[in-house]
Parts: sequence; C-alpha cells; structure tokens
Amino acid sequence: MDGVFYTLHDFMIHTENITYLLVIPALLGITVFWRLLAGKDDN
Amino acid sequence: MFEETTPGRKSFFSLFNICAGIIVVIGLYITYLRFTGGLEAVTNLSDYNPWGIWIGFDLLVGVALAAGGYVTSAAVYIFGMKRYHSAVRPAILTGFLGYALVVLALHYDVGRPWRLPYPFIMQQGTTSVLFEVAACVALYLTVLFIEFSSAPLEWLGLKRARNIVVKLTMVLTILGVILSTMHQSSLGALFLIAPSKLHPLWYSPFIPVYFFITSIIAGLSMVIFESTLSYRFFKHKMDEVHLQEKNDIALGFGKAASFVLAGYFIIKIFGLSSGNNWHYLKTDYGTWYLVELLGFVALPSFLYAIGVRVKSLNLIKWTSVLAILGIILNRFNVCLIAFNWHLPSSERYFPHWMEIGISVFIVTLGLIAFRFIVTRMPILYEHPDYKDAH
Repeated sequence: MDGVFYTLHDFMIHTENITYLLVIPALLGITVFWRLLAGKDDN
Repeated sequence: MFEETTPGRKSFFSLFNICAGIIVVIGLYITYLRFTGGLEAVTNLSDYNPWGIWIGFDLLVGVALAAGGYVTSAAVYIFGMKRYHSAVRPAILTGFLGYALVVLALHYDVGRPWRLPYPFIMQQGTTSVLFEVAACVALYLTVLFIEFSSAPLEWLGLKRARNIVVKLTMVLTILGVILSTMHQSSLGALFLIAPSKLHPLWYSPFIPVYFFITSIIAGLSMVIFESTLSYRFFKHKMDEVHLQEKNDIALGFGKAASFVLAGYFIIKIFGLSSGNNWHYLKTDYGTWYLVELLGFVALPSFLYAIGVRVKSLNLIKWTSVLAILGIILNRFNVCLIAFNWHLPSSERYFPHWMEIGISVFIVTLGLIAFRFIVTRMPILYEHPDYKDAH
C-alpha cells in the first residue's frame, strides 16, 4: 500500500490490524510486569 | 508582636515566611494590574492563544494534582484498604485546596470573572463539554469542602456537626469518584474539538481516557510526595499511626502508580497505532513526544517497580517527583507546546512574566493555607476525642 490509503476502510483495516497485533505483546507484557511487581506479596 | 516571641518559638521571619511574603506582595500587585487593566495588561494571550499557563498549569495541572483526594478515599472507603486511612485527610485537604485554587485562578483567566456562574443560570449549555467541567468542578469542590469539614469541626469542638459529616463519608466518596471521573476526562475532551490545532502525536480520540488515567497517576504520586514533605516539615505533628503507616502508603501507592503508568504507556502506544502516527516520531515533535513517553511514563513506571521490589522508600519518593513532572509536562504539551504547532514561531505563545507570577502566587497561597491548617487542625494526627472512631 506504500503508506497511501484511498479509502477510510483501507485505513481502518491497516491500523486495526497493527493494533490487534500489538495487543498480544501488551497483554503478555502487563501480566509479566504485574508478576514482577506483586511477586513478593504472593510469596 | 515580635517582642513576645519566646526563645523556644521559631522567629516569624523564617525563610519560608520571607519568601512567601515577597511573593504575596508581588502577586497582589499583579492582581491589581489584572483587574484594573484587563488581560492585556498582564498576559501574552491572543486570539490564536486564548489559553495560556493559567489554564495549562493552574487549571489542567491543578486539577490533575488534586486527584489524590478521590484516589485515596476510594481506595480506603470503597475498596476497603484501611491500612492507608492515615493518608485520607492530608489527601482530601490537598484536593480541597487544589480545587479551591483552581477556581481562584479561573477568576484571573476568565475575561469577566463575575460571569463564572453563568453556565448554571443564564443558559442550559448541557451539550457543552465546558459546562460539564464547570458543573463537576463546582459540585466536587462542594463535596471536598464537606469531606474536609470534619477536621475543622473537630478542631472547633462541634461534635454533633462533625458526626453528621462523618456519617456522610461513603456517599461523599462515591460522589467524589463519579464527579472526578467525569471532569478529569472532560478536561481532555475539551481538546477533541481542535484536531487541526493539536499535534497528531498528542491529539487522539482517546484523549479523555488519557487525562483520566494520568489523573490517577498524579493523585497516587502526589500522596507519596505530599506525605514525604509532611514528614520532613510536620513530623512533630504526626501521631504514631501516621508514622507507622507512612512507609506502607509509599510502598502501596508506589506499586499502584507503577502498574497504572505501565497501563497508560500501553494505551498511548495503541493511540499511536490507531492514528497511524508512527511517521511523526521521526520529527522534532516526535523526539519531544518520546522524551515524554519514555522519560516521564516508562521510566517512572520502571523506577516505581524497582523501588517496590527492593523496598527503597527513597527511590519511590524521588520517582513520585519524576511522575508529577511528567504530568505537568503532559498538560503543558497538550495545552501549550503541541497546541497551534503549525503557527510560525512569531505567533506562538510564551507566557508573560506576570502570568508566571500569578501562578507562583496561587501555589504560594496554597502552601500558606496548607501550613496554617496542618499546624492547627487534626490532619496528620487523630483528634484525642475521636481516637478509634473509624
């Protein structure tokens, strides 16, 4: 697509795809971060 | 007056009093100029830049930093975290003074301040975000005043009135959370109307959510910061419970702030992605955006986490300063630095020294009021008549 969007639909598909891909590492990251933060409490 | 000072008492001419006195005198002089000469006499505001630091700092930063009141009372009374109870009164006091000073600052900024009540009496204006902010701030200031009033009522020995106020605690807390959620986010929503004026890296449909989440971060960090300052300057006023709970408060609030900062960092990345604004990161504004995001969001989140893990209270205290600076930077970026970014530098806004003077004056008034109240009323200690009343 070379960064050019001809329709709003193209734009939405592109940005939503990337955002949904980012959700996966974000959820994993925030879980690991919480374990790091609250680890001592759990013990 | 000064001859009566006993050797055991501190002199009236302390460093704080001298500095505060000078600032108050200068502030009163600028106030005279403002209300006799109008906005033009003391500000660099223009049609391009109608909102200067009186909005960017006094209002946006003031409201965010006063969020400790609803954050702490929600944690203690709604979520049942009673171990943080000693933080409630200082946080409510900070919140009350913060909001009162925000309203005072508005009198300087609004061209005709006597029209401040107009949204309520002259027109309905219910479709306006600004009306919602005005309504919520007015109502929340009232709620904070009632919540705070238990301390002066104890001080004055008005037991019956004090007991009525204490019975209202849960209702007031719930009202406080609702009103804060509404107006903290609405302050961000004010910028939704200006997508062409605010730089795309800061403009986002999620900006109300950003403002609300950052208010939680500001509230948590302010409680830690204020607790540190209170311990340093008013340690003699703290009772045993306050001294014991002080460290738990820093650790608990530091942990919460770290997690909320991490969540905020993630949704900021989502905002970048959903707006497809990655290419702006290569520009000068992008570098500045990364300074804010990495230096004042990711870094304090990480430092808070380290501080909590190794139980380093010093690290947590210094990180709270970094987080508060981050909130101030964020509001400045949204309201001033990244606003009207397309204008040539000659048309850009830079505050007049008297605008800065009024902001310093208002902060100083807050410090004087805080010191006056804390040294007289049961804020950092339980009143002897009401021990174990909670």
